[in-house]
Amino acid sequence: MSFAPATITAVRQETPGARTLTLDAENWPGHKAGQHVDVRLTAENGYTAVRSYSIASSAASGVLKITVDRLVDGEVSPYLVDVAEIGDRVEVRGPAGGWFVWRGTSDEPVQLIGGGSGVVPLMSMIRSHGDAASTAPFRLLYSVRSPTSALFYDELAQRTTSDRSLTIDFAFSRATPQGWPSTPARLDRAAVEASVLTPDTGATIFVCGSTPFVEAIANWLVEAGHPPDKIRTERFGGIGVSP
Amino acid sequence: MGLFSSGFSGRGRSDNPALPPGQYLTESFPVLSAGPTPRVDLDTWTFDITTETGAVHAWNWEQFRALPAEDVTEDIHCVTSWSKLGTSWRGVSLDTLFADIDTSAEFTMAHSYGGYTTNVPLEDLLDGKAWIAFDFDGDDLEPEHGGPARLVIPHLYFWKSAKWVRGLRMMDNDEPGFWEQNGYHMYGDPWLEQRYW
Repeated sequence: MSFAPATITAVRQETPGARTLTLDAENWPGHKAGQHVDVRLTAENGYTAVRSYSIASSAASGVLKITVDRLVDGEVSPYLVDVAEIGDRVEVRGPAGGWFVWRGTSDEPVQLIGGGSGVVPLMSMIRSHGDAASTAPFRLLYSVRSPTSALFYDELAQRTTSDRSLTIDFAFSRATPQGWPSTPARLDRAAVEASVLTPDTGATIFVCGSTPFVEAIANWLVEAGHPPDKIRTERFGGIGVSP
Repeated sequence: MGLFSSGFSGRGRSDNPALPPGQYLTESFPVLSAGPTPRVDLDTWTFDITTETGAVHAWNWEQFRALPAEDVTEDIHCVTSWSKLGTSWRGVSLDTLFADIDTSAEFTMAHSYGGYTTNVPLEDLLDGKAWIAFDFDGDDLEPEHGGPARLVIPHLYFWKSAKWVRGLRMMDNDEPGFWEQNGYHMYGDPWLEQRYW
């Protein structure tokens, strides 16, 4: 797999800290929901930097969109979130990853659990699920600071209406929407157990977020009786995602 | 170089000769794994080498820790493009573990608690190139980093350094392990950028 030139054809500000870039890459072969792509930037002096980003777009769309969260000390993400414009060029290599993927080939239940920008590969699965009119039960638990920092907040709300097999639970840690039935709280074991599919459903579970988030959630899931081989994880900095 | 990303300057050229192509330096220690961190009890922990004839050589934790250990300082390179230089490990050299193993097979499959596998040629484990490490930076190896013990094969991309390792199976022919079946390279030399198929 080698790098191919890509042009930024659209940008969308998702939150104050995150932006979605649509990339038109030469000979893009399409992707599976949950895969990631390497993005290489080259400065005028020839200096290059590469990072991996989760693909956010639906597998059925054939379109490559990445949603990038600005990392405070980042080298690549601040450029992609704050500087890059339509028409700018980057290089992409991918798609990559064959494990943290939803192939859409069965109606087996799926539980998605995302922390912060860890929701991005899960969003690709949700979009793919909707586009394929899949009847596989899909449930998302999305842990995020506040409604304003939640990625895809409006689209997720729309999709719970249009996609009848999709259920979404938000866990807000710092601020809730007005009139929300509960106060902001860190996601804990009880809340996780109350809002994920139970082990008897046989659900495959995808967990993506920071390492402490994924470690805690995956441990709780195992202790709650979910078979470890049904739990697939992806962490920032792991094989896969840069925030 | 015809293509550049307008307005990108980056942090400046990285001329560090210790950095393989396409890698950047990190001071932190990111975690890679495909599933939950397995709980491994030292009372039942074993490490074994199974040869192509089916002969099994096994060590329990006490026997393993009684073997001579080495302190090693090595650079590590992850396929996701981070490298961490000068990491400090303490562990048992694979040369020590293979000292009494009679095999003519050229390949190994590392197996881990939790089900992870990765394939490594035997010659990449020998001659001071690989260890089963139980200590990182002077402390017991944390479970999320592969504790109680993991392979450390610094000259290959770090997914080859199987966490929670529990054994090696000798193979006459090379076979793909977990990530190798999921799009990653059979060998994984960071200096040749052998990331993907």
